[in-house]
Amino acid sequence: MIHQILFFIFAAICVAGALNLLLQKHPINSALSLIVVMGSLALLYLLLGAQFVAAIQIIVYAGAIMVLFVFVIMLLNAGVEEDTHGSRIAVYFGVPAVAGLVGMVLYVLLQSSHIDYQVQLGAFAKPTKDVAMLLFRDFLLPFEVTSVLVLIAIMGAVVLARREP
Amino acid sequence: MDTLISLAFLLIKILVITHVLLGAVAYTVWLERKLIGRMQNRWGPTRVGPFGLLQPIADGIKFIVKEDLLPPGVNKPLFLLAPLLAVALGLTSLAVIPFGESITIAGHTEALQISGITNPHGGGAIFDPNVGLLIILGVTSIGVYGIALAGWSSNSKYSLLGSLRASAQMISYELALGLSLVGVIIMSGSLSLREIVNAQSGNILHWNFIGGWQFVAFFIYLISAFAETNRIPFDLPEAETELVAGYHTEYSAMKFAMFFMAEYANMFTAACVATLLFLGGWHSPFEGISWIPSLPLPALLAAFVPVFWFALKIFFFIFFYIWVRGTLPRFRYDQLMAFGWKFLLPLAIANIIVTSVLVAMNLAPLGSK
Repeated sequence: MIHQILFFIFAAICVAGALNLLLQKHPINSALSLIVVMGSLALLYLLLGAQFVAAIQIIVYAGAIMVLFVFVIMLLNAGVEEDTHGSRIAVYFGVPAVAGLVGMVLYVLLQSSHIDYQVQLGAFAKPTKDVAMLLFRDFLLPFEVTSVLVLIAIMGAVVLARREP
Repeated sequence: MDTLISLAFLLIKILVITHVLLGAVAYTVWLERKLIGRMQNRWGPTRVGPFGLLQPIADGIKFIVKEDLLPPGVNKPLFLLAPLLAVALGLTSLAVIPFGESITIAGHTEALQISGITNPHGGGAIFDPNVGLLIILGVTSIGVYGIALAGWSSNSKYSLLGSLRASAQMISYELALGLSLVGVIIMSGSLSLREIVNAQSGNILHWNFIGGWQFVAFFIYLISAFAETNRIPFDLPEAETELVAGYHTEYSAMKFAMFFMAEYANMFTAACVATLLFLGGWHSPFEGISWIPSLPLPALLAAFVPVFWFALKIFFFIFFYIWVRGTLPRFRYDQLMAFGWKFLLPLAIANIIVTSVLVAMNLAPLGSK
């Protein structure tokens, strides 16, 4: 019962943060709203019982990636978003498109929602060891391929940032 | 009924632990002024109360009654949010830190940890979050925002420079700090703080610092913790000779005090993590040595002996922080970055490799496991 209440509280915060992200005119407010979204997502993972994923979500997304976003906004001292002709057209087409998409997803979900397929809160409460078993045994190859991808990205960043002598 | 009792105990734990910490923060400031004073051959606070012991209360009153300035040109919501964020996140880590095994009051066993729960089906086993260490790291990584936003929203060049330095420094040293903890995690095979401490149960030779071969990791952690908490010799974010006061230049009265509290709360968190991971948590250094007689203490007092050892270890770290502040000069900024990235980080990675090899070859640490 208390888990359901918590779920709705944090789901509401998550959606509110996402909406605020879009509605805010100043980039730093949008970035902070995104942090709220990341944080409440972590709490939703926690409600599912996935403690490790929740902690990693906070450390990697809310902690590391968003710090870089905020950093860039602070360094460039980005001002308030300008309301151009193009952005107004994007609003006229974007809002109905998103509404249509959300409606479609909701319809499909409500049509196919069956008690058997529903996720139970706390269903993923497994120790960290199981996550490691999945990553380093069952899905070792995709995991290692991803790490190569990350390595390439790091090398690309170094090449781009290197100053020509 | 049982739930109500548990909730009541939880509330008591939160209140007691938070207030003890805030009291300790206030008296750490007193201790720091006193010790630094003696190191510099002066008295430190002596006027307010005996030995200046009432100085923290006087400071508190001063912070509350001072004028709360709001400089023109600041981004008001973020300017107000930043100190709140800093102090809230500084206190959040306390939720997962275990201070001792458990105490039993009137048949009710209660874990000495805010987030620790006793097995509801009886048996007295205690559960705590099985990613406790990651929660602390996560809260620390969010803690950067308090400082970053304070500097940016102040709309002042000194604040911005200070907060940029602080953020860059904290992000850089967080890597070395996180990696230095991996060796301990390998040794104890768990991310739960309670299990990490229990894996070191026994006398001083069983602690990760010595028995787990983690002395290199311990020194990496200690140095990174100084940088994470912006203490001398890494206090570049508030280097007063060049940046006035760094990120909190524009803050006054209680808002300034909140940054102060956050900094000292972070010092305590860093000391707690060092104690739990490297120095055996609440275990006595003489535990299990048969020729040392145990003191005949009344039961209630005996229950608090582990907490005493924990507090003593924390005190050692706090003393060490102050001692270093009285001894070392400040680093230059490029030295700080080079030291973190080119020395501490590779050393931490080497420590992980050596520890993994030791564990893989089944070279048992001295004593346990």
